[in-house]
Amino acid sequence: MRVVVDLNRCQAYAQCCYAAPDRFVLRGDEILVYDPAPPASDRAAVDRAVQACPVRAIRVEHDRAPAERAA
Amino acid sequence: MRDGTIVIAGASLAGLRGAEALRAHGFAGRLILVGDEPHLPYDRPPLSKHVLTGEIAPGATTLPGVGTVEAEWRLGAKARGLDRAGRALLLANGERLAFDRLLIATGARARPWPKPEEARLSGIHTLRSRDDAASLAAGLAARPKRVLILGAGFIGCEVASSIRALGLPVTVVDPAPAPLAQALGRVIGGFIAGRMEAAGVDLRLGVQVTHLEGDGQGECVMRRARLDDGGTIEADCVVVALGAVRNTDWLAGSGLRADEGGLSCDSACRALDEAGRPVPDIFAAGDVARVPYPLYGGRPVALEHWGNAVAQAAHAARAMLDGPEAAGAYAELPAFWSSQFGLNIKSLGLTEGADAVAIVQGSPRTGRFLAVYGRAGRTIAAVSVDAGRWLPAYEGPIRDGAPFPPITGGADQPDPDPVSPGLPAPATARGDQS
Repeated sequence: MRVVVDLNRCQAYAQCCYAAPDRFVLRGDEILVYDPAPPASDRAAVDRAVQACPVRAIRVEHDRAPAERAA
Repeated sequence: MRDGTIVIAGASLAGLRGAEALRAHGFAGRLILVGDEPHLPYDRPPLSKHVLTGEIAPGATTLPGVGTVEAEWRLGAKARGLDRAGRALLLANGERLAFDRLLIATGARARPWPKPEEARLSGIHTLRSRDDAASLAAGLAARPKRVLILGAGFIGCEVASSIRALGLPVTVVDPAPAPLAQALGRVIGGFIAGRMEAAGVDLRLGVQVTHLEGDGQGECVMRRARLDDGGTIEADCVVVALGAVRNTDWLAGSGLRADEGGLSCDSACRALDEAGRPVPDIFAAGDVARVPYPLYGGRPVALEHWGNAVAQAAHAARAMLDGPEAAGAYAELPAFWSSQFGLNIKSLGLTEGADAVAIVQGSPRTGRFLAVYGRAGRTIAAVSVDAGRWLPAYEGPIRDGAPFPPITGGADQPDPDPVSPGLPAPATARGDQS
């Protein structure tokens, strides 16, 4: 999985930190630290974080399942 | 144009987002991304921060989109030249890539220490690429006795913050009177200086390093730096953070208007030839592109901002497919952020040329504030420190050139008291942003 947050847009609402606390952490008042390469097992939590972000700053790309990959 | 071949020279953020925008706007032809690094496009901001502290692995920052964009990748392939008449990109390996349209997104590289024989000493680093970050992180893991950082710009300050987080001694040297003086001025830079010193950074302002010296034995390991005031600093690890040089040398002889400050473009991101005429089939975006900004009287500006790479690549893609008129003039408001010493700094607009700055919300005493920059009575930029939610309110005033200071008489804010921002004189302020 690949994650990037547009930190120009991020306003430190911390909703991602509640949705996926193992992958998004707020340091100090508004420094967001996130895991850019979470394991596939965190997919549901990371998707919740994407949905929860009030400013739509999180983008995620999931690795395709092996069956979906072009041969 | 919706078919044919588009080549993108440069496979970093602007190249990837440009490719995605071309597909999103309906380009159905062949799309080739050429990158000189062996890596798929990755995100750079973490490299000076959590990659150095070891919290993020250097290889973990590959960008979303690399797996879904429908494109051919030529990685580890360096652009060597341009055959404009023959419409082909020439690669260092001798290959010719024919194109109908070309998007140049070759970015910038770290400016090296100007004395090559000294720059070869072991223990001297620059920080731009993922490999640079991996190399510096390995150097820090060896617990150097002291790290010396040349330059107190954003990269220098962020690296200093990461190194203090690792508990290592660090000295930062800059000829300016404050860190971040070029971008933020001496007033706000002075506040950051206080935080740096409180974090244990040995900050040496108003002096320059003149020589880097090795131990004179075998591998020639970095040993000490000599300063122009006669002083010396003993350090076995050096980070050269002296800004960036645009990657345009490969365009020498192409007839395009390019130098180490960027490739000049029109407002639709079309490259200009040496006579200043737009070339119809060649576009540029990201750090390498010098594009006129309506907000700054049409002055060409090359920015190293993340958001600029994304927005400009989308703009160039639109102009490539639908024509310059459909795309209109590029008018994204410059915006960037930095985190260091526990603070989040965000900026809108460009401070360059500001003659006044005023704290309009919060206070440096509490560590959370918003500063607005003015020029000739007009609002031109705003910078927040741990106060990012106040920043969007200033986008309109900056775009409109609203009177400076912009808001007065609010019950919940201090009376703005504009002072000189302490920015460098215009001749030197142009630097990397012009």
